[in-house]
Amino acid sequence: MGAVQVRNVRKTYVRDRQQIPVLDGLSLEIADGEFVALMGPSGSGKTTLLNLIGGIDQPTSGELIVGGTNIATLKGSKLAKWRSRNIGFIFQLYNLIPVLTALQNVELPLLLVKMSGAERKKRAKTALELVGLDDRLKHFPRQLSGGQEQRVAIARAVVSDPSVLLADEPTGDLDRKSGEEILELLGRLNREFKKTIVMVTHDPHAAERATRVLHLDKGVLSN
Amino acid sequence: MSVLNLILVNLGRNKRRTILTMLSVTVALFLYCTLGGVLDTLQEAIKVGSETRLISRNAISLIFPLPISYGSRIAAVPGVKRVAIQNWFGAQDPKDPHNFFAQFAVDDENFFPIYANDIEIVEASPPQATMTLPEGMPSRLASYMTEQTACVIGQKLMTKMGWKLGQTITLAGTIYPGEWPFTIRAVYHAKKRSIGEETMFFHWKYLDQKGMGGRALVGVYILDLSNPGRAADIAKQVDEMFENSGAATRTESEQAFQAGFVSMYGNIPFVLRVIGLAVVFAILLVAANTMVMAIRERTGEIGVLKTLGFTEGIIFGIVLAEAAVITMGGGILGSLLAKWAIEGTGFNFGGFLPPMSVHWATVITGIAIATLVGAVSGLIPAWQASQLRIVQALRRVD
Repeated sequence: MGAVQVRNVRKTYVRDRQQIPVLDGLSLEIADGEFVALMGPSGSGKTTLLNLIGGIDQPTSGELIVGGTNIATLKGSKLAKWRSRNIGFIFQLYNLIPVLTALQNVELPLLLVKMSGAERKKRAKTALELVGLDDRLKHFPRQLSGGQEQRVAIARAVVSDPSVLLADEPTGDLDRKSGEEILELLGRLNREFKKTIVMVTHDPHAAERATRVLHLDKGVLSN
Repeated sequence: MSVLNLILVNLGRNKRRTILTMLSVTVALFLYCTLGGVLDTLQEAIKVGSETRLISRNAISLIFPLPISYGSRIAAVPGVKRVAIQNWFGAQDPKDPHNFFAQFAVDDENFFPIYANDIEIVEASPPQATMTLPEGMPSRLASYMTEQTACVIGQKLMTKMGWKLGQTITLAGTIYPGEWPFTIRAVYHAKKRSIGEETMFFHWKYLDQKGMGGRALVGVYILDLSNPGRAADIAKQVDEMFENSGAATRTESEQAFQAGFVSMYGNIPFVLRVIGLAVVFAILLVAANTMVMAIRERTGEIGVLKTLGFTEGIIFGIVLAEAAVITMGGGILGSLLAKWAIEGTGFNFGGFLPPMSVHWATVITGIAIATLVGAVSGLIPAWQASQLRIVQALRRVD
């Protein structure tokens, strides 16, 4: 069984009483440890698909089985708890909390897990070491470069050891060099730590890092 | 880091707004507790009165006097141990007419023994000659008893006015016109806080001779009872005795008399309560507005927290706790400040009431109200934050 199974999923938004179909009966399977790049023009439904796989949005119909759980049937706090255990999110604009240090940002997901403060700090430090930022623990996001911020965001995404990482344009706001470093880091997480990664990107160069590239157009997979 | 750290860090992100909101709650709760303190003081004033003593006054109004002849007839009523007389004097210090304090003319040989458990003479001029004092009179009043214009002053009033023992002061009469010289011959200390130390007592005979031309009119009679259990019967008996006379009496316990005196303040307690509630309501709106603004600015971050797995309950709790910390912090500060500042001034409404106090119950009520305001003001933003759809919230970031 794959890490992610998307079965006949439809997603329709309602705006001003008008129904806007975004995903139209989409089916897809992603195996454990796969690194998939999702490409396609703006409005093709890439981010919507990512949000559905991550359980931060609900499909209009269809089945979404992630890590063996049909998340389309989960709601509220059950879905939130599932998310905290199974999914790591990486955003284009990093989305770090500006008033928290790098270490505190990485500690955030661990607040939801029963563990001592010392253990929490230790794990967060390990995650930051993994992304090469063990010398920036007490820096605030504004004191870091874009690439460093994204690495903190990656540390936050992996600190609770989820099986699936979802990255929405992770290099979209970075220069080429920083982008390369982030892609290298994601590749390492995939190869060494067997993380299943689904990455939305517009950049064909970034997509080359993936083991499989999927193209979405008008809510359907085109290959 | 803990969730508590997260709450405190959130409060610190806009320090100016947090401090200003907290200060507005502080000021509101200071005002609320001060108003509460006025009510507490009025309650305290009622407690000045004893249930073992009765007060007999003119049935029509306190401002009408009673004849001196009533005294011996009241004293003859079984169960009455001693009867004292007391007249309101109401003069002013001509140097500072607004600095008002209470003055009473009393018949010393009965008044001071009756109040022996309430006041203590702590300082007195030495007597000019040896004399035998009436039974129950404090021995330190010997000098006071030998001088017609002598007076006894409360410790606080002495300090406030900067007077010295043996000093002669002159008051300007209002009810009894003319210049009234007095020599301070003794200083008393109130054994009970509710009694107050800003009152002056002097010889009733001095008032009778200089102010009433010997007409011997009495403001009120104070009845000390040998059996307080019979107070109601005695009061009824006294009033029946003078029912058909030219000056009917109204006799009630000293506590009831004091309560009646306090009731002359009319609806002030009601007005104070309404003002207090209005202040609380206004601050509720201020706190709610602050929280709504704070949450609106953090919509994206709340979306991120929810993405990470923070449940609706946790988000709700965090926002509510932020509001509670602001209002509770301000509440504790304002309430304690009111207790400390108000009681520190010792303000006593010109001696009409005991020194102003803010009871701990009022302080605790103030803090509880502040906490409640925090909860109520945080409810809507906390609910909105907890119900935020992640996709919409993250869109605000992008």
